[in-house]
Amino acid sequence: MTTPAQTQIRGMGHSVKRKEDPRFLRGRGHYVDDIKLPGMLYMDIARSPYAHAKILNIDASKALALPGVLAVITGKDLDAAGLAWMPTLMSDKQMVLPVDRVVYQAQEVAAVIATDRYIAADAITLIDVEYEPLPPVVDPIKALEPDAPLVRPDREQKTNHIWHWEAGDAGKTDEAFNSAEVVVAQDLYIPRIHVSSIETCGCVASFDKVEGKLTVYMTTQAPHAIRTVFSLVSGIPEHKIRIISPDIGGGFGGKVPVYPGYVIASVASIQTGLPIKWIEDRSENLQADSFARDYHIHAELAAKRDGTMQALRVKTIADHGAFDAAANPSKFPAGLFSVITGSYALDAAHVEVDGVYTNKPSGGVAYRCSFRVTEAVHTIERMVDTLAQQLHMDPADIRMKNFIPPDAFPYKSATGWEYDSGNYPAALQKAMDKVGYAELRREQAEKRARGELMGIGISTFTEIVGAGPSNTFDILGIKMFDSAEIRVHPTGSAIVRIGVQTQGQGHETTFAQIVAEELGLPVENIAVEHGDTDTAPYGLGTYASRSTPTAGAATAVAARKIRDKAKKLAAHLLEASEDDIEWSDYKFQVKGVPSRSVTMQQVAFAAYTNHPQGMEAGLEAVDYYDPPNLTFPFGAYICVVDIDRGTGEVKIRRFVAIDDCGNVINPMIVEGQIHGGLTMGMAPALLEAITYDENGNIQQGNLMEYLLPTAMETPVWETDRTVTPSPHHPFGAKGVGESATVGAPPAIANAVVDALSHLGVTHLDIPITPWKVYAILQEHGATEV
Amino acid sequence: MTSPTNTAKTQHVTITINGKPVEADVEPRLLLVHFIREVAGLTGTHIGCDTTSCGACTVLVDGTPAKSCTLLAVQADGAAIATVEGLEQGGELHPVQEGFFQEHGLQCGFCTPGMMMTATALLARNPDPSEAEIRRAISGNLCRCTGYVNIVKSIQYAAKKINAAETAPVAAAVGAEVRQA
Repeated sequence: MTTPAQTQIRGMGHSVKRKEDPRFLRGRGHYVDDIKLPGMLYMDIARSPYAHAKILNIDASKALALPGVLAVITGKDLDAAGLAWMPTLMSDKQMVLPVDRVVYQAQEVAAVIATDRYIAADAITLIDVEYEPLPPVVDPIKALEPDAPLVRPDREQKTNHIWHWEAGDAGKTDEAFNSAEVVVAQDLYIPRIHVSSIETCGCVASFDKVEGKLTVYMTTQAPHAIRTVFSLVSGIPEHKIRIISPDIGGGFGGKVPVYPGYVIASVASIQTGLPIKWIEDRSENLQADSFARDYHIHAELAAKRDGTMQALRVKTIADHGAFDAAANPSKFPAGLFSVITGSYALDAAHVEVDGVYTNKPSGGVAYRCSFRVTEAVHTIERMVDTLAQQLHMDPADIRMKNFIPPDAFPYKSATGWEYDSGNYPAALQKAMDKVGYAELRREQAEKRARGELMGIGISTFTEIVGAGPSNTFDILGIKMFDSAEIRVHPTGSAIVRIGVQTQGQGHETTFAQIVAEELGLPVENIAVEHGDTDTAPYGLGTYASRSTPTAGAATAVAARKIRDKAKKLAAHLLEASEDDIEWSDYKFQVKGVPSRSVTMQQVAFAAYTNHPQGMEAGLEAVDYYDPPNLTFPFGAYICVVDIDRGTGEVKIRRFVAIDDCGNVINPMIVEGQIHGGLTMGMAPALLEAITYDENGNIQQGNLMEYLLPTAMETPVWETDRTVTPSPHHPFGAKGVGESATVGAPPAIANAVVDALSHLGVTHLDIPITPWKVYAILQEHGATEV
Repeated sequence: MTSPTNTAKTQHVTITINGKPVEADVEPRLLLVHFIREVAGLTGTHIGCDTTSCGACTVLVDGTPAKSCTLLAVQADGAAIATVEGLEQGGELHPVQEGFFQEHGLQCGFCTPGMMMTATALLARNPDPSEAEIRRAISGNLCRCTGYVNIVKSIQYAAKKINAAETAPVAAAVGAEVRQA
């Protein structure tokens, strides 16, 4: 039942309409390309047509002769200032601009500064670069052969191998495999994909020569970390750097890295003392900005004949491109890939990943996923189905048989993670009931008898989000806490500043709801600010579904600090002992005497006008929250597909998604996140992949060739949830923004394999395109005539 | 654009944007979207690609949705353009704006202006579209955040609201006739 106070406060669990919408609906968002500063100049970038080449000469004279062109910046110019290279987030370094060689197609080669963006674009075509092409390294497996050309001769190690990483117990796993009754093995390739947020990347860098201060408006998901890195690299004191992340048109992980354009624009602004705007074209964004996935996986699963899963063994080659510029926590070069045992109780697991350089842009950033969790989930969910198929078991039955039981939480996985909470059978049962699983299986049997192709695919995934505990998680040494600062004003409204920021997730609404719930102040009286390093408390930013688990927790804890002080003020106002005061229905009251109560608004006024002698005035608090563990959201997805035997097209007829992210702040926003995540899960399953030809030329370098889902391919998503709170999070929440992207692809792939299983098909790599399916149908004489 | 260093020949254009004429001397190659954003200063119309694929730049040209990244300003000389900034009238949100707010039809907000302009044009020519018609109409507008489900609901909300507003006076008139009879 909802109380009148709950209706007024609208804290946890309310579908509060978004506070950020009024500006967006009126075209008054403030995105980086909307910024116009006096005297602003424009930057454009000349890029390499070759994947691998020596630069013999750069002649910029014709570009410099064009009226309106002020400067052409090359690697040699930056090298003189010690800035031709910059550190990546992964203990590697990367070129800002090359001095003598390019290592991927579309790599930045020179930058033009001009008075107008059209002139800047003209000028880059006038820069003559003399290249000597070198043999490119395109295939990461061939890259490891001893005679492979070197992608990175600048390194001491004369190999394309970057690092080896492993987790789990190799000996115990091998033992389990040696004595296993059944072993299934499968190669899986998770292709390279690109987040392609509808807003590309860009910045306006503005250096004030009088103040000596650099302000950069930047499409970044992590402004504080960027400020620190900028300070360490440039030598500019950190208080003289201000990074502002304005409204961001989608992030999904692609706006975590530092791209060369940001650095070149900043250098140009420092040199000219004028603001410099740089905005990528879509093609530049798609060809050169960091990519996700690109994992070549070999997986084996050991089991008993009755379907009991025992052990998992996985070896992976990870294509990281020319620079290891992923954005994983420092100790996790393969991210959280070791969550690969998924939702299942396995005795043993061992997983290995080898990172490899190739002549491609940097790989390994997220695509709406917490650090390689999608690759892990895809592997285990495909392997469970492979085992089920081998044993002629129903994929739902085999899952129910192998789930970590609900009473086993907190559960220590075979690779060392402690899962906080879960109830996997309940989620799968709910999905099966909602979709009508048994009836669908009957329908499938009937259709199959008629030669029609229909498949049902299940994915019961477990995610790992909310990095993370400071004893394990850091980026460049900065611990992965996050922060909140709350000030309650005398009249009872409040401002909240947080170390994370929205790229569409709705933080201005949900973080206000957290404070509303904790302090009993109406949600409309709480303003949320973020993204400006001069005003927001230090935090690591928004990616990997970490905002609610980290900064959300900090917000609740800061609010509780305020409530502790407010309780003393309430005791003073009610002339009672603090021990006799209780917080009930969003107000302080004398225990058992509801008539003697004060609201937080009354208390806030007293904090500035009538506080007791000896108490500090004001009502505010800060919290830097160090999470004790990650959170483990999970879900059960069931996908029903029909396959067109005339075209090979896979049509998603139904998709039921049951998600569990613990306690929910705003159900409307959570559902929106799931819808978006499912669509970004369908995309790589059916449409998206970036490939290169043998010369290292990208084959999907614009949005005509790289197919983002439209409203035509996207089905109506059917969502629901179960609620299993996180026991360690202050209000029992888990991250949710990426669950669906992680969980959806194997449900779709499993459905297609299921539809074709009677033809002997046991696996299909994603994306499952019509021509891939059609070729299989042709091979088996199953096309429609 | 209007840069003083620009030596290219310019052409004088008058383009009416949201009912207000905007005049300028522009290079023939200036894209309409840059005219709207940088000459007229209306930054609600966004740029998301360079291949006419994403639809973030969608505006109405004489009532018809058009991707303003693929028209030149000189082609729009004399035309009437409607952008997102013109949807709200007299302090009241357009039903399409209201629909997107009520049905959570936007997240990052970047595709939203173009999406809403397409929806406005759809409802002007088809006040009661089916879900399939809505999906077809917005298939040239990419959204990376919402998964389209709530965008479809937003447009359905707007259609309902527009139809309710239009049928109300009709019902009143019909009622009057009944009384007269």
